[in-house]
Amino acid sequence: MDCALTPEQQQLRQMVRDFAEGELAPAAEALEREERFSTELTQKMGELGLMGVMAPQQYGGLGLDTLSYLLIVEELARVHASHAATVAAHNTLGVGPIARFGSEAQKECYLPDLCSGRRLWGFGLTEPDAGSDAGNSRTTASLRDGQWTINGAKIFITNAATTITAGSTVQCVTGTDASGRKEMSCLLVPQGTPGFTTRTMKRKMLWRASNTAELFFDNVRVPEDHLLGTRGMGYKYMLQTLDSGRLGIAAMGLGGAQGAYDAALAYAKSRKAFGQSVASFQGNAFKLADCAMQIEAARALLYKACWLKDAGHPFGKEAAMAKLFCAQTMKLVADHAVQLHGGYGCMEEYPVARFYRDAKLLEIGEGTNEVQRLVIARQIGCFESA
Amino acid sequence: MKIGVLVKQVPDTATKIVLTANGRGIEEGNVKWVMNPYDEYAVEAALRLQGPLSAEVVVFSLGPARAVETLRMALAMGCDRAVRIHAETPLDAFATGNALAVAIAASGCELVFGGKQAVDDDAGQVLQIVAEVLHWPVVSVANQLHVHAGNDGITVHRPAAGGVTEVVELGFPAVIGCDKGLNTPRYPSLPGIMKAKQKPLTEQQSRDLLGGVSPHVVLQQFSLPPDRPAGRKITGDPENVAQQLVDWLHNEIKVI
Repeated sequence: MDCALTPEQQQLRQMVRDFAEGELAPAAEALEREERFSTELTQKMGELGLMGVMAPQQYGGLGLDTLSYLLIVEELARVHASHAATVAAHNTLGVGPIARFGSEAQKECYLPDLCSGRRLWGFGLTEPDAGSDAGNSRTTASLRDGQWTINGAKIFITNAATTITAGSTVQCVTGTDASGRKEMSCLLVPQGTPGFTTRTMKRKMLWRASNTAELFFDNVRVPEDHLLGTRGMGYKYMLQTLDSGRLGIAAMGLGGAQGAYDAALAYAKSRKAFGQSVASFQGNAFKLADCAMQIEAARALLYKACWLKDAGHPFGKEAAMAKLFCAQTMKLVADHAVQLHGGYGCMEEYPVARFYRDAKLLEIGEGTNEVQRLVIARQIGCFESA
Repeated sequence: MKIGVLVKQVPDTATKIVLTANGRGIEEGNVKWVMNPYDEYAVEAALRLQGPLSAEVVVFSLGPARAVETLRMALAMGCDRAVRIHAETPLDAFATGNALAVAIAASGCELVFGGKQAVDDDAGQVLQIVAEVLHWPVVSVANQLHVHAGNDGITVHRPAAGGVTEVVELGFPAVIGCDKGLNTPRYPSLPGIMKAKQKPLTEQQSRDLLGGVSPHVVLQQFSLPPDRPAGRKITGDPENVAQQLVDWLHNEIKVI
C-alpha cells in the first residue's frame, strides 16, 4: 500500500485548506445560526473544481482518484461540516450514480452542469418509514405507455431543495420479481416536473448550513428514458453508491476530528490555569495524545480503504470500518475538545461546539454505526454456519 | 506580449523561526513554506492581463529546489510556464536582481510584476535592482493598475506619504511592485492544479546568468530579537510608589 501524496494531491489539499480557512470559516457561524445554505459558496467550490472530482473529463469532471476526492472532503470538514456534506453528497450521491450507471444521453444531459457546480443533484433513498431497511421502500413507479408514474415520498435528502438543484435520482419499487421480492429501480426526476415537490427540512441540530429535503411525488410522470441504467438494478446501484459514499462520510469524520483537535490543542496551549497552560496538565495532555493517536489511526484506515478501491480490490469491509472508526473518532475528539474548552466550548462562538453537534450525524448518515457493524460482521462470516 | 512575474518562497508568517547552530540560517525542518503573500498579488495582476493583452505569463523564482512548489502554485493559478534559477552559493539582493534581470531579458518579457517586498527578509530591493539592470522604469509599490485603452502602456497608482496617491503613466517595458489591496488573488482551481503538471518548468543556473557579477553583501550572522525582560513590580503606599516610579523613569529609563 502506498499512501504517499503526489505533489498534485499535496497542492490540492493546501488549496482546499486555504479556501476553507479563508472563505468558509468566516461564514460558518452566521450560516449555522440562520440555518442557511449558501449558493454563493457552493458555486465557488464548483469554480474550484470540487463538484465533479471523480467523474470522467469528457462530461466536465476531473477524472481524479478517490484519494484526491477524500482529501478535499477531509479539508472542508476540518473547517465546516455543512460544506463538506454538500460536496460529498453531490460527488458521490448526485454525480456518482449518473456517471456510473447513466446512459450516454443522460450523462451528456446532466453531468456538465453538475460537475461544474452550477447545479446540484439529490439521491432519494431514505423514506419516512424506510431507513436502514431500504428494501422496505414504498415509493412506487409504474410504466405505462412510455411513461413512468411515481408516487410516494423521500426524506433527509441532501442538496435536493436548493435554488440550484436540477433534480434527484429516486429509488422506486417498479414491481416484484419472480420470487415475489420487490423490484427496485432508479429514476431521474428533474426539478419542476408536475406533481414533484421538495421542502427544505428546518430546525436541524447539525449540518445546519447544508440543504436537507423532503421529496413528495404525486402522480409524477417522467418519460421511460429517465430510468437510470437497468430496470430492477436499483438496489444493487444503491449499495455500490453507498460503498463509495461511506468513504466520503469517513473523510468527514477524519477532517472533523482534525479540526476539533487543532482547535483544542491551540486553545489548551494558550489557556492558563493555576499558572500553567491547560495542555501541560497530564490529564489534558493524555487526552490530546489520545486524540492525535486516534486521528492517525483513522487516517491510515481510511486511506487504506481508498487505496483498495483505486487499486480495484474489494473495499466494502474496509469502507465500513473506516466510516465507523472515523465517525467514532470525531465524536471522541470533539467531546475532548469541548471539555478542554470548558464553558467556552458550550458557546457557538467557538467552533468546537459545532464540531460536537456535527459529529453525531456521521454515526447515522449513509449507514448507521449499526449497519456498518452489520456489513463488517457479514464480511467476516459471522452469519454463516461453520 | 510576455509578462514576467517574480515570486519567492518564504516561511509562513506564523512559523516559529529557529536558527541553525552556526547562526547563518534557519532550521527548515518544521517550516511551512508558502508563496510570499505580496507575490500572490503580482501573480494575480499578471493573470488579469493574460487575456486582455493575449500575454504569455512566465513566472520566475531564484531559490532552492523546494521553490518548485511555489512555482507550481503559480502555474496552478494560471501562469503559462515557470523558470527556477538555481544558486550554488547564497546570493544577496544585488546578485539575485542581476540574475533575474538577465533571465527576464532573455525571455522577452516586457512587463514584470513582483511583490513589493518578501516577508522573510523584508529587504524590498530585488525589483528595483532588476529594473536598474534592465534600465526599465519601476513603480516600487502599486495598489491600482489600469492598462491603457490601446494596450500600449499602463496607469499605476502608488501610495505616497500622507495618504497622497501618485498616478504614474508607464509605457512598456516596466517593472511594478505589487501591494496588498491591488486585487484579490485567486485560489488555484483543481483543474488548474492538474493542468500545471503539463506546463513547462525549466531550470537555469545563476552562475550562467551572472557572468562576472558577484554578491556585495555576505551574510555573517542571524540573531533573534532578545526575549522581553520581565516586568518590574513596584509596591508600597501610593506616595512611595510614585517616588520610585519617578526615580526609575528619570534616572534609569531617562524619559522624564
